[in-house]
Amino acid sequence: MVRTRIFLSTTILAACTALTPLQAAESLKVGFMTVRSGALAAGGRQMEEGLKLCMDEHRGVMAGRKIEIITADTAGQPAVTKTKAQELVERDGAQVLIGPLAAFEALAIDDYIRQTKTPVISPSAAAEDLTQRKPNPWFVRAVGTSAQAHHPLGEYAAKDLHYKKIAIIADDFAFGHEIAAGFQRTFEQNGGKVVQKLWSPLNAAEYGTYITQIDPSVDAVFAAFAGGNGIKFLGEYKNYGMQKPVLGAMTTVDEGILKRMGDEAVGVISSGWYSAATDTPANKKFVEAVRKAYSADPGYYTVGAYMACQFLNNALEQVKGDISDKAAFMKALRNVNISQSPYGPVKLDTYGQPILDVAIRKVEKKDGRLQNTVIKTYPAVSQFWTYGPDEFLKSPVYSRDWTPAK
Amino acid sequence: MNFWIIQGLNGLAFGSLLFILASGFSLIFGLMRIVNLSHGAYFMLGAYVGLSAIEAGVNFWIAILIGGGAICILGTVIERFILRRLNGQPLAQVLVTLGIAFIIADTCVWIWTGDPRPVPMPRELTGAFRVSNLAFPIYRLFVIGVAFALAAALWFLLERSRLGAMIRAGVDDLPMARAMGIRTSLLFSAVFCLGSALAGAGGVLAGPILSVYPGLDSDMLPLALVVVILGGVGSLLGAFVGSLIIGFIYSYGQALFPDLAYVILFLPMVLVLTLRPTGLFGRQAI
Repeated sequence: MVRTRIFLSTTILAACTALTPLQAAESLKVGFMTVRSGALAAGGRQMEEGLKLCMDEHRGVMAGRKIEIITADTAGQPAVTKTKAQELVERDGAQVLIGPLAAFEALAIDDYIRQTKTPVISPSAAAEDLTQRKPNPWFVRAVGTSAQAHHPLGEYAAKDLHYKKIAIIADDFAFGHEIAAGFQRTFEQNGGKVVQKLWSPLNAAEYGTYITQIDPSVDAVFAAFAGGNGIKFLGEYKNYGMQKPVLGAMTTVDEGILKRMGDEAVGVISSGWYSAATDTPANKKFVEAVRKAYSADPGYYTVGAYMACQFLNNALEQVKGDISDKAAFMKALRNVNISQSPYGPVKLDTYGQPILDVAIRKVEKKDGRLQNTVIKTYPAVSQFWTYGPDEFLKSPVYSRDWTPAK
Repeated sequence: MNFWIIQGLNGLAFGSLLFILASGFSLIFGLMRIVNLSHGAYFMLGAYVGLSAIEAGVNFWIAILIGGGAICILGTVIERFILRRLNGQPLAQVLVTLGIAFIIADTCVWIWTGDPRPVPMPRELTGAFRVSNLAFPIYRLFVIGVAFALAAALWFLLERSRLGAMIRAGVDDLPMARAMGIRTSLLFSAVFCLGSALAGAGGVLAGPILSVYPGLDSDMLPLALVVVILGGVGSLLGAFVGSLIIGFIYSYGQALFPDLAYVILFLPMVLVLTLRPTGLFGRQAI
C-alpha cells in the first residue's frame, strides 16, 4: 500500500522554538487513515484535501510543535484498517489518529484504541453509538452523528413544509437506518406520518424497482443515500417521470457528488451541519481556499477532515503542545470550543460529540453550478435533539425496524 | 395490475442490461474455456472511456463504438500476450484475469478519480413514456430493444455465418478444427475482441442507468456469473434466458420480498447448481 510521509513546514520551526523550546525539537506524529483505493476512494481523496488545507493553514505547526502526518490507506476495509492502525501506532509511533472514513472501520479499531489509549479524532464515521450508548473515552468526532442533522429535517418537513405523508427510501445499512429513524421520529412527533419505508441494498444496481413502488399518495419522498447512490437515484427518479418533491439526507446531495449532478437535483431540500453555500466569513474563506486548490466545492469529507485537524489544533493549544499526559489531552479534545469555523460555532458535549448548527438546505443553480442554499438554520443542535441525553439513551439505538411504518 | 406491468418492464430492462454484459462473457468462455474475471472491469473501463468521449464532445452513439473499440483492443492485447501463454492452465488464467481486474480498477480510480459519475443519456431518449397512468423511462425501453437486437445479431453470427461455423467447430473439437485448416489463433483473438467489445460498449450503454463509479466492476461481475451459471456456461441462448429470468427475479423479488434483496439473485443459482449443474441450456463437458 502506498505510504507517504508529509513533512510540512521546515522553516517556520525556528520561529516557534522561542515559544516552547523543549517540545519544538520533537515533532508530533499524527497517523491519518484515509482510503485511496476501492469504492470509497472519492471520500478518502476529499479527506486528504481537507486535512492538507488545514495543515497548510497552520504551516505544519500547532501550539509550537511541528506536526508530522503519516498517511495510511485502509482501502475502506475494516480488517485492513485495524492492521494500519496498529502499524501507525506501533511502528510509526503515531500519538494521535485522525480517521478512519467509514463507521465499520471505526468499530473495527474500537477495542484497539481502548487498549493502547490512543486518542482518535473521527473526520467522518457517523455511527450513533460511538458517542452514545457505547462511548469510547479515546474517541471524539468532528462531524455530526447520522441522525443529528435529520431530526431538524423531520420537524421542518412537518411544520414548515406541511407534509403529512412521506415515503422513505434509504440505503440498507446502519447509516441509512439511523438517518431514516431520526427523521421519522421528529416528523411523526410533529403530526406527519411515514407511510412507507423502502430499504435498497447499498450496492443496488439500479433503483427502478424501488421508485416504481413508491406510494403515489405521499406528499414527498425522503431519500437517504450515501456515496454515489444519490446521483443514481435522483437521475432515475426523474427518468421515471416522478414529480413528488424529494427531501434528501445530508449525503444524498453532498457537495462532493452534487458537482456531478444535473437539473434533476434542483429543488431537493436536505439538512446538514454544513453547506458550502453558508454565508459566514469563516466559511467563505474556507470555500475560497478549497476552490482555489482543488477547483471544487468542499463537502462532507473535506470539511470533516479539515475540522478534525482544527480540533487537534484547538486541543493542542489548550495543553500547550504537551500530550505526554494522554488523559489531559483527551480532556482538552472534549473541551474543544471553536467560535468560528466553516460549520459555525462548535463545542463538544460530554460524550465527545459536537453540538452543531444544522442548516436546512435547498439545491439551487447559481453561476452555472449547483449549490445547497441555506434556507433555515437550527442553532446548536445536539446529537440528542431536544430529548436530552437521559431520555434519548433510554431507548435503543436507531435501527431498521425502529417504529415501523404503519 | 399496474404493479405487474411496471415491475415486469423493470425486470425486462434489467435483464437486457445483464444480457449485454453476460453475452460477451459467455462467448469467450464457450470457445476458449477462459473464465474471464476481468469482464466486470472491462465493462467499467468501457463506461469510463465512453464517458470521457462524451465529455470531449463526441456523440453518444459514437461513444458506444469508442468504448467497445477501446476494450476490444485491450482485450486482444491481453489475450495475445498474457492469456495465450497460460494456455491449458485454467487456474492460472482465472488468477491472471482477476489480477488484471484489480489493476484496471485502480487505474480507473487514478485516471477518473473516485467520484461517481453519471453518463449523460442522449437527449432524444430522456424522459418517460406514458400510457394512461403508467410511466416508464424511454431509455430503458431502448435498452430492451438493443438487447433483443443484439441477441438476434449474435444468433445470426453464430448460427448462420461462416465465422460462426468456425467458432462452433472450435467449441466442439478444437484440435479437429485446427486440422481442418481453421486459423484458431486468429479466431481466438476475434472472439476475445468481440466479447470484450460487448463488455465495453455495454458499459457505455448502461452508464445512464447505472452511472460509473469505482466498484461498478465488482458489482457487475457476480451478476454476469449468476446469469451464465443459471443459463449454462457458453450457451448464448442460456445467457439470454438466464438474463431475463434474473431480471424478473430481481424486480419482482425485490418488490415482493424486500428483506431478501441481498440474496434473491443468488438463490436460483444455488438451486440450479444443485439440481442441474450444467445450467438450463448447458451441455455436459466433453
